[in-house]
Amino acid sequence: MSNKIVAKKVSVFYGPKQALFDVDLNVAEKQVTALIGPSGCGKSTFIRCLNRMNDVIDICKVSGNIEIDGKDIYDKSVDVVQLREKVGMVFQKPNPFPKSIYENISYGPTIHGIAKDKTHMDEIVETSLKKAALWDEVKDRLDQPGTGLSGGQQQRLCIARAISINPEVILMDEPCSALDPIATAKIETLIDDLKSSYTIAIVTHSMAQAARVSQHTGFFHLGKLIEFDFTDKIFKNPENQMTQDYITGRFG
Amino acid sequence: MTREQRLKKRYASEKRFRFLGIGAIAISIFFVCLLLFKVFSTGSTAFIKTTIMTEVDFNKELLELGDVKNPTLKQIKEAEFFDVTYKAATGLFPYKNDEEEKGVKTLLSGNYETEIKNYLLNNPELLGQKVTIELTASDDLDQLHKGNFPRDIPEDRRRLNNFQLNVYDNLVEQGKIGTAFGNYFFFSGDSRDPEIAGVAGAVIGSFFSIIICLMIAFPIALMAAVYLEEFAPKNTFTDIIEININNLAAVPSIVFGLLGLGMLLSVFGLPRSTSLVGGITLSLMTLPTIIIACRASLKAVPPSIREGALAVGASRVQTVMHHVVPLAMPGTLSGTIIGLAQALGETAPLLLIGMVAFVVDVPSVPTDPSTSLPVQIYLWSESAERGFVEKTSATIMLLIGFLIIMNSLAVWARQKFERKW
Ligand SMILES: Nc1ncnc2c1ncn2[C@@H]1O[C@H](COP(=O)(O)OP(=O)(O)OP(=O)(O)O)[C@@H](O)[C@H]1O
Ligand SMILES: [Mg+2]
Repeated sequence: MSNKIVAKKVSVFYGPKQALFDVDLNVAEKQVTALIGPSGCGKSTFIRCLNRMNDVIDICKVSGNIEIDGKDIYDKSVDVVQLREKVGMVFQKPNPFPKSIYENISYGPTIHGIAKDKTHMDEIVETSLKKAALWDEVKDRLDQPGTGLSGGQQQRLCIARAISINPEVILMDEPCSALDPIATAKIETLIDDLKSSYTIAIVTHSMAQAARVSQHTGFFHLGKLIEFDFTDKIFKNPENQMTQDYITGRFG
Repeated sequence: MTREQRLKKRYASEKRFRFLGIGAIAISIFFVCLLLFKVFSTGSTAFIKTTIMTEVDFNKELLELGDVKNPTLKQIKEAEFFDVTYKAATGLFPYKNDEEEKGVKTLLSGNYETEIKNYLLNNPELLGQKVTIELTASDDLDQLHKGNFPRDIPEDRRRLNNFQLNVYDNLVEQGKIGTAFGNYFFFSGDSRDPEIAGVAGAVIGSFFSIIICLMIAFPIALMAAVYLEEFAPKNTFTDIIEININNLAAVPSIVFGLLGLGMLLSVFGLPRSTSLVGGITLSLMTLPTIIIACRASLKAVPPSIREGALAVGASRVQTVMHHVVPLAMPGTLSGTIIGLAQALGETAPLLLIGMVAFVVDVPSVPTDPSTSLPVQIYLWSESAERGFVEKTSATIMLLIGFLIIMNSLAVWARQKFERKW
């Protein structure tokens, strides 16, 4: 097992306020790494560092070192657009573009010039939707707006959009928080399928979900990474008392 | 206080509140109706004109075309119309002296000679024949016929003397007085004579100004708003810019007129009184308004859309151009149209750059001298003649009509392009 992403001493400041304190965390290749912790502990902040999504926030300053495939992604020579091509992201709230389902998927391949022609693009759209387990539900209405889908369908559309450009890493920030159990189950199955070809980091508030889908789990508290280990270990036999309290729901 | 009392009190206060709201709306509607009623009752008659059926003898001798066999249009055009028109005008009614002759002649509009000539040019086959033509009546007769001049006041306080009234009554009896579509009002430029003055020059001038204003203000405002909203770092410098833009939106428009006068006319030497300069001045004035509207609509685009685009590897420019600006379009369009409507109704800055000149010719290019609708209203409102009073109101109606069209367009644009997310 090799590490796709290696983060060392990552600290993040929002203006004067420090949101992350020296986080060391590795994301294993083609496995699922879950990040858990109470609200406001910095999970989103950390995951957004991995594709430099924090760059758009003026007051946000990141220090420390994050390497993907051994290359520092905060190096001056790194092009953010290329980085994000490699590291896709799915957000907490489904955010399809207010365009057709087809255009939602084809947008990424279009701007990166991935598709050779129209038939190739159709192929990309189809395989992306199939991988996201959405194809059968939408194949007859690809020209209809993506915003007209149900919440769970929208989220799968966003996952399809993320994999349309064939990234190596997919970051998911609470992808199921707005979904019902059935849609959640679908997405969890999907994550399981996707991990054979993608490296996945997922933020979740559901202990059960972390236990079900991930191989590694990191527990955050107040901006610090308290414990990071195999998921089995974290849930069966955590080292830290705080972790123990949190996963058993006695935290407070 | 018991439960019941509290409930009663709450209902009473809700009732009071609703009553106040309805009252406020009723008062505003009352004033709007008052304005519209006043304008309509004074102005609606300007859309029609009074005419006099006049006998005209297109006698070849009188036209001095006696020895020409088959005169061409060009020859007719250059013919001597004085005798023909004189005979036609004075033939309306028998008169005894010079004064009465003038009285008869001045019942026709100042443009009757041209009307007669054009009639023949349009129907050259009538050469040599006697025909009856509907000619535009003078302003005084027009107003008398429309019932705006009282007849029972002393002669020296009337615009028409007793003899002219007598002629008028006679013509009415013969059925020679009629009404027709007020073509001069719609299709000609300004004039000293109210019966042949029109708003075409002002309408075209306004149109040119607004188009120029749109072409300058919209792209600049959109780019400025996009830069400030999407790219500019948030620091003191951009704060100062923001404050200044909001400030400029509140600066009295006459200041922009002074700017146009000082910069465009004096420094750049652009032609005075033209809709080109007017349009540029108006664009300076509407720029802050449009920037503010554009920024507001850019701000209303949810950040999640930007994040979605960035996350699939769109650059910032791509994110803005492919997603944010199109989604903000309904707001930017309606903001722009509202800014233009404001510009359309603007008078003060145009006075300063000389668009207040008396312009007879309808402008054909933006560099021709011209006026604009609100300035035309201002100009005519200063004239004493009853005909101009009527035309002032009619022009106000026209302006209100254009404003209603533009504002409905803004609403339509917003609804048409609105998308849900
Ligand atoms: N844009 C921002 N500006 C300022 N402070 C921020 C910003 N985003 C996050 N923070 C702060 O950083 C800290 C960590 O926030 P973060 O969103 O990473 O928490 P989280 O673990 O994802 O919480 P949740 O589970 O509720 O999503 C919080 O204290 C938050 O107030
Ligand atoms: Mg979060």
